[in-house]
This record gives sequence, C-alpha cells and structure tokens, in this order.
Amino acid sequence: MKLDVPSDLGMVGDAVELVASHLPPGTLSPRRISFNLRTALAEALGNAIRYGTGEDPGRTVRVRVELGHDVVRIHVVDDGLGFDASHLPDPTHPDNLEREYGRGLFVMRHLVDDVAFNEKGNGICLTLRAG
Amino acid sequence: MRFALKKDKSGVVVVGVEGQLIVGNRQELKQKVLDALEEGSRKFIIDFSKTGYIDSSGLGVLVSLSKKIREQGGELRLAGLNADLQTLFELTKLDTLFAITRTAEEALAAF
Repeated sequence: MKLDVPSDLGMVGDAVELVASHLPPGTLSPRRISFNLRTALAEALGNAIRYGTGEDPGRTVRVRVELGHDVVRIHVVDDGLGFDASHLPDPTHPDNLEREYGRGLFVMRHLVDDVAFNEKGNGICLTLRAG
Repeated sequence: MRFALKKDKSGVVVVGVEGQLIVGNRQELKQKVLDALEEGSRKFIIDFSKTGYIDSSGLGVLVSLSKKIREQGGELRLAGLNADLQTLFELTKLDTLFAITRTAEEALAAF
C-alpha cells in the first residue's frame, strides 16, 4: 500500500484510518492495530508534516506499508532536511514532564517493535511484529 | 473525532473526546477549554471513555491546559482512560502529573 499524504496536520487522522482500515486481518491483533499502530503512525506523520515539510501545502509525505508473513513495516518519508534522533532529552525526566513537546519518538519506540531512521533522517520505518 | 462540551450543575465543565486526540485536532480541544476558562469556568474534566488513541501532541496539549488552568486557580481532571491509554500515561510518567479517575462521575465527585 502506498499513500501520499498532503502536508496538512488535519489530514493525519484520515491517513491513519486509511492505513489501519486497509491492513488485512491476521498479522496484527485488532488491539495493536487500534492503538499501537494508529498512535505510532499518527506520531510519524505529525512529525514529518510539522518538521519535515513544514506544513507547506505544496508538499507531501509518502507512506508505504510493507506486509510480511508475520510483520508489518510502515515507512514514512518526507522531503525535508532530516532529523538527528541521537540526542534527545528524556521526556520522563522530572525537569521535562511539563513540556508540551518532545514525547513523540519516545512514544513510538514504546509502542512498536522497532523504529529506524534512514541515513538522511527524513524517513522513518516503524516495525510491528505479529501479535 | 469530536469534542462534546457540557457544564454540570455544579459548574464543572466536562469535555468528552470522541475518536482520538492527536496533532490534527488538539488545537480545537485547547480552544474549547480556553474559551470556557475565559468565561470563568475553573473546574474541568476531560472524559476519554470514547477515545481510541492519543498521540504525543494530544498529551502535550493536556499538559499545557493543565498548567493554564492551574495558573487561573482551577483544576483539570482526566477520566475514562482505557487500559492502553492508562499505559501511555504511565510510560510517559504523565500519570504523576494528572488526577486520573476511572469515570467522569468519580472525577465529578472528587471536586
């Protein structure tokens, strides 16, 4: 499945529903699709649109879903400059708890089995294994 | 996704989040609550009993609202988190920042 999502934060919800509703049953449990996949994909798309394409209406974010026997991989790629995920503050530290931002990657990493960035940092791959 | 806002007879504003609270609709929730705060309401409950998922932007707007409400001498409570949402608050340690009850009725009773 491939999807080009307009660079509009208001489209994130619909894009997530489109992907989730088109996943064939069986690989992932309904609960993991309902919560883990939806939340992580919303995070990835939100980041791509906000930071990658800068919410520029003339740009798009590409989503590609790869289905394996016992794994679902979702690739989200924007045309931005890339992001260095290596030095991020811990959002659970008491000093950071009242910050409005900074939890997205943390949440993704806890909800899916693997999060990997491409070399440039403008593409993310979310992996959810069967179950 | 929809936000249903109602005022209880004791003046507590209860906002029901239907669907999801994410980057695309968090501003709408924020504005509804801030408008009620501006009109003088000081006690708020956000009811997540019909909410499927919340992303980090949704969590962030809750943190921001909690702070603004407290600055005005008010209080925000959260209610109706399902098991997955409860886990989300626990792993982000936001369960230490918010008063969370099982139901909106319990939150109302706690005010």
